[in-house]
Amino acid sequence: MRIGILLLALLAGNTFAQTPAIPASELRSGVSFGSAELRAMQSDDFANPGMLWVERGQKLWQTPVGSAGRACASCHSDASLALKGVAARYPVVNASDRRVIDLEARINACRTSQQKAPALAAESEDLLALTAFVAHQSRGMPLAVSISDSARAFFDQGRDFYYARHGQMDLSCADCHEHNWGRKLLAETISQGHPNAYPAYRLEWQSLGSLARRIRACLFGIRAQMLASDDPQLTALELFLAWRADGLPVEAPGVRR
Amino acid sequence: MAVAPSLRPALAVAMVALTMEACLAADAQSSAYRVEGDGIVSPLTSSAGDPARGRALMAGRDAANCVLCHSIPDPAIRDAGDIGPALLGVANRLTVPQLRLRVVDMRQVNPRSIMPSYYRTEGLVLVAQAYQGKPILTAQQVEDVVAYLSTLR
Ligand code: HEC
Ligand code: HEC
Repeated sequence: MRIGILLLALLAGNTFAQTPAIPASELRSGVSFGSAELRAMQSDDFANPGMLWVERGQKLWQTPVGSAGRACASCHSDASLALKGVAARYPVVNASDRRVIDLEARINACRTSQQKAPALAAESEDLLALTAFVAHQSRGMPLAVSISDSARAFFDQGRDFYYARHGQMDLSCADCHEHNWGRKLLAETISQGHPNAYPAYRLEWQSLGSLARRIRACLFGIRAQMLASDDPQLTALELFLAWRADGLPVEAPGVRR
Repeated sequence: MAVAPSLRPALAVAMVALTMEACLAADAQSSAYRVEGDGIVSPLTSSAGDPARGRALMAGRDAANCVLCHSIPDPAIRDAGDIGPALLGVANRLTVPQLRLRVVDMRQVNPRSIMPSYYRTEGLVLVAQAYQGKPILTAQQVEDVVAYLSTLR
């Protein structure tokens, strides 16, 4: 009897989770858990190491590549106009093949189909630079992804992954980022696990890194099977993360410990 | 065994509720043990646990790494998490069999606990290849950790 009720509660919890577990009034960007120095480093463009990638990305944006001999800028004439707000609504479902894609995948799709150039490798300097440049155009804008229509199934998939316990440590993303944010894991304060800073410069990495890289680090920590950066399951998870962070401002390139 | 992850906590409750004594069969890597009431009375190994080794395991980054979540009363350890309770005095609160069950499989005590099960291999999902079928700690390491915990008065 008690077990039946428990089962029902668990199933209901999974099926009807329509509002983010952390209400908008309690949403906190990861940067707010950092030290004053870290916060200052992020907000000062001259101190923020991520801006080096943004500058590099701006150059790449204007450089013709591939057999089509086109630059990104050839199609998107004015970056600040054409790109403003794009990062805030990604990941999206790609109209042509109905896959869920993040900004990195969008950039690679433009390269292969429009520029006729080879796709850039995950975490390569060029892909990080272009992603940082594009995301930077939306800085300050609130995250607002769509989870309706064709995005719905990917959203559901991402949410199920988020709440399921995985790996030898048998932990879910929610175990840390919903139930224990603000507490310390060894010396690191666990944040609410939002995606709004990425690609972000992590002091630990001494580099800019993608959201996928950060998620893979969490999967590694719980000793779970690794997902490739472009695995659709990981992108679906990114979509769920963006939805639960709805309204948080894009910080890219963020700075983290 | 493929059990939907969302159902696993409920199953654990069922197991504990329906059998006062759960006798868990485990695979070759983690041998069977017997849960009696709120603890595991019999040690998992014939050789006694060593508290010094247990302390090293608890502080070690790639072994038990209990300091991820718990502080232990040891001046040599500077960084420790605070997700779980401080372990100073834990031996006053819990008996050795109780401590053993909590290290072996905290989820039998509290299915929703965030504390990993250190000696369980069944019911895990998407475990990285290198760790498949293996418990986090060996039987001897569990005994070493329990031996150290029992000194924390
Ligand atoms: C055992 C605890 C734990 C688990 C489980 C965990 N994480 Fe994390 N996560 C951390 C810690 C610690 C950090 C670094 C500090 C921070 O930014 O929260 C982090 C950082 C992050 C960040 C970056 C936040 C920022 O502002 O830079 C994201 C996004 C994230 N995690 C997502 C996930 C996802 C998705 C999962 C599940 C696949 C997951 N985490 C599972 C502990 C965990
Ligand atoms: C990811 C977090 C985490 C890790 C890692 C962890 N624990 Fe825990 N532990 C907890 C939490 C949370 C509790 C509180 C009880 C609960 O969750 O039901 C707890 C409770 C305990 C208790 C009972 C304390 C009491 O006062 O009742 C003992 C003993 C214990 N842990 C030992 C250990 C040992 C030994 C290790 C490593 C081998 C370890 N823990 C690793 C989170 C953790």
